[in-house]
Amino acid sequence: MNYFPDEVLEHIFDFVGSHKDRNSVSQVCKLWYRIESYSRQKVFVGNCYAIGPERVAERFSGLKSITLKGKPHFADFNLVPPDWGGFVYPWIEAFARSRVGLEELRLKRMVVSDESLELLSRSFPNFKSLVLVSCEGFTTDGLAAVAAYCRQLKELDLQENDVEDHRGHWLSCFPESSTSLVSLNFACLKGDINLPALERLVARSPNLKSLRLSRAVPLDVLQRILIRAPQLLDLGVGSYLHDPDSENYNKLVTAIQKCKSVRSLSGFLDVAPHCLSAFHIICPNLTSLNLSYAPGIYDNELIKLLRHCHKLQRLWILDCIGDKGLEVVASTCKDLEELRVFPSDPYVGQAAVTEEGLVAISRGCQKLNSILYFCQQMTNAALITVAKNCPNFVRFRLCILDPTKPDAVTQQPLDEGFGAIVQACKDLKRLSLSGLLTDQVFLYIGMYAEQLEMLSIAFAGDSDKGMQYVLKGCKKLRKLEIRDSPFGNAALLMDVAKYETMRSLWMSSCEVTLGGCKALAKRMPGLNVEIINENDQMEFVGGCDDDRQKVEKMYLYRTLAGQRRDAPEFVWTL
Amino acid sequence: MSVPLEHDYIGFSPPPAEDTSMEKTGDIKPISALTMNMKATELRLGLPGSHSPQRDDNGSPELCIALPSSKSSVSRPKRGFSFAIHGGSGNWVFSSPDTNFSSPRNNPSAVANSESVQDGGLPNQSSPAAPEKKNGQAAGPASKAQVVGWPPIRSFRKNTMASHPSPKNSDVVEGGDHHPQSGGSASSSSSVCLYVKVSMDGAPYLRKVDLKTYGGYKDLSLALENMFSCFTIGQCGSHGVGVGDGVSESRLVDILHGSEYVLTYEDKDGDWMLVGDVPWKMFIDSCTRLRIMKSSDAIGLAPRAFEKVQKQ
Repeated sequence: MNYFPDEVLEHIFDFVGSHKDRNSVSQVCKLWYRIESYSRQKVFVGNCYAIGPERVAERFSGLKSITLKGKPHFADFNLVPPDWGGFVYPWIEAFARSRVGLEELRLKRMVVSDESLELLSRSFPNFKSLVLVSCEGFTTDGLAAVAAYCRQLKELDLQENDVEDHRGHWLSCFPESSTSLVSLNFACLKGDINLPALERLVARSPNLKSLRLSRAVPLDVLQRILIRAPQLLDLGVGSYLHDPDSENYNKLVTAIQKCKSVRSLSGFLDVAPHCLSAFHIICPNLTSLNLSYAPGIYDNELIKLLRHCHKLQRLWILDCIGDKGLEVVASTCKDLEELRVFPSDPYVGQAAVTEEGLVAISRGCQKLNSILYFCQQMTNAALITVAKNCPNFVRFRLCILDPTKPDAVTQQPLDEGFGAIVQACKDLKRLSLSGLLTDQVFLYIGMYAEQLEMLSIAFAGDSDKGMQYVLKGCKKLRKLEIRDSPFGNAALLMDVAKYETMRSLWMSSCEVTLGGCKALAKRMPGLNVEIINENDQMEFVGGCDDDRQKVEKMYLYRTLAGQRRDAPEFVWTL
Repeated sequence: MSVPLEHDYIGFSPPPAEDTSMEKTGDIKPISALTMNMKATELRLGLPGSHSPQRDDNGSPELCIALPSSKSSVSRPKRGFSFAIHGGSGNWVFSSPDTNFSSPRNNPSAVANSESVQDGGLPNQSSPAAPEKKNGQAAGPASKAQVVGWPPIRSFRKNTMASHPSPKNSDVVEGGDHHPQSGGSASSSSSVCLYVKVSMDGAPYLRKVDLKTYGGYKDLSLALENMFSCFTIGQCGSHGVGVGDGVSESRLVDILHGSEYVLTYEDKDGDWMLVGDVPWKMFIDSCTRLRIMKSSDAIGLAPRAFEKVQKQ
């Protein structure tokens, strides 16, 4: 291979797509490293503090697209205080300075200020795609800047962000000359929308394939939009409140009939309980359906709709569908690969689905490989059956709303059930546990979950052994997050070198002490060991701190960038 | 446990653990209140006659106050504490977010604390020291309700669903054949408002809430918590309030009187009733005003709870 000119190598590397593979390629030799580095266009940084932006820009001179993730996963559940970090501004600024030809920015759980969005929109003339997932810190003013100055914008995708809404002028900021939009998702916005501007934008975007509307877009506007954009592949309905006898509704029915290309349907953020029948006509074409933000749909309406969805591959719904509804899904959606069942009322905790629904799904949907299931209860028998029926799980996330609930029938821990899952599903990459669990389940996980990359543990285990089984056994583990489990220093310090093979470890409300964390930090300088000390829970007494104090929240991650300089007061990096 | 505990403004450290059940609660004077274990000092409103299976007691409403603990974790500085409903037992629970009852780390000290752990005592659920305590009704609804960040749902989703709640799922779930009309008015376009006054004993002014905007008891309790938390700041301002805004570090605590609160409502007949007995729809149809009253005033409403408080 050394006799090939660089261009040939580069051409060959073009076929190497995944980040993992490209990383492997770059480690073969210096030459390959060099060529791979300047030819890589898409870069993925799983932890924005693992490396500095300057270094990324320097290594990947051909960088066009970057994906960044900020806060630890448990930040989604309010376990990480606001202001912890994850700011994107330094990245945008560094890339602007280094004149990176940035075209795509994908962020998850990061803090995005309006300033960053403005800087972004002005610094990269070829910028095409902005995807923000679970981010915060910006307002519609930032969006206005993106709309106004990104002349080549193709994609603006906002998923579940916390956006401060300064009312809907940002849509009017798309210049009249902008016709390049392919994908626009603003479903998470809470405020009013400039509806005429929206309609005009849709009208002049012939390439628009994906459009997800917010609650502020009413039915009549939806109908007009559909008339203009029958080529849509992905539709997110905003508000769906109407009178079934009205003319608007009839017009909508006609409009929907023209949308033969829609493959993905979501939204229905406000919905009148009946009259989804207008959409029945496109259901047979759907491969993806997300009704998890549509609490207003009755289960029988839901079921009627689902009976038409023979081709469904991805389904996100609320648990009001019930076990019976899941049986309908099982008999109708034979191609189902991913299912997520969310609780309709997370606080009350009266989930309407049980282990029966899950078993039914496993029987009917043989292709299922990814599940997130919030349920009232579970049994070992059910999990064992599921494991037998569906050995193809890549992601298995089970959340029993009662965090330490045992097998509903036998009152035993759910060790055997989860054990069956990890044993049967040889390709399992992601697992989330819940229910009553002892160290035994971790023994199984360590033994069988060879491909496991991410494990989420809550209220589980009896002793350090549990965590030790996992650290010892799961060779491919990248992310481990643990809360409220009795794992302490012995487990934490058992194999400190392991943490450099992982992206991160989160431990909160466990038995780990300050002394343990300090010892770890000392032995592993390549890790940032952060203690999140909310509300001065830990104390310095006269300059010396008690190492026996338990640490409430610890987050450690490997990094090449050293201690971060933007950590707030309550975060100590040891 | 050698963690130096923060002291409250009275100068007593809150107890390090919270394992004993209600019956073990000391007397209700402030000093004893502070040395009470956390469980005993949970602020909870239960339904009369309803059982939380974990409490092998009389199942009456638990009325006590959650005290701040320096050891516990606060989910977010902004939240005072969480009101939560037990879906399972129908109990209402107010509890401090600081008291992470399910945290196993609190249990060893509890065991050491000779206030021995009782079977069915809530915080034992996930105790590593006492796995046998996890009986059939292991983690009670109370502990679930108090747990920060559980269930693991993205806060965006939680907030969205809270402000646009599922209007009638309980009806739907129950029968296979429901009537579409049964929840007909439940779509969020319902235009009738239902403002009722909400008073809290000791607060200088009342508030008004629109009952129609809440999907259930849980949402109502959350909203009330947000509304009335500001009235307790003055009393507990110096409590272990660390980095972050002290103002939002609020707890519904009446330290001086060591008493508990009960949420009650006045119905169309003029009677004062305990909130939570009847289905939500029935409640909003009959409720004319709300009052957060001190338990000492709530004798007629929650007799067993009051007795329990008295015998301590």
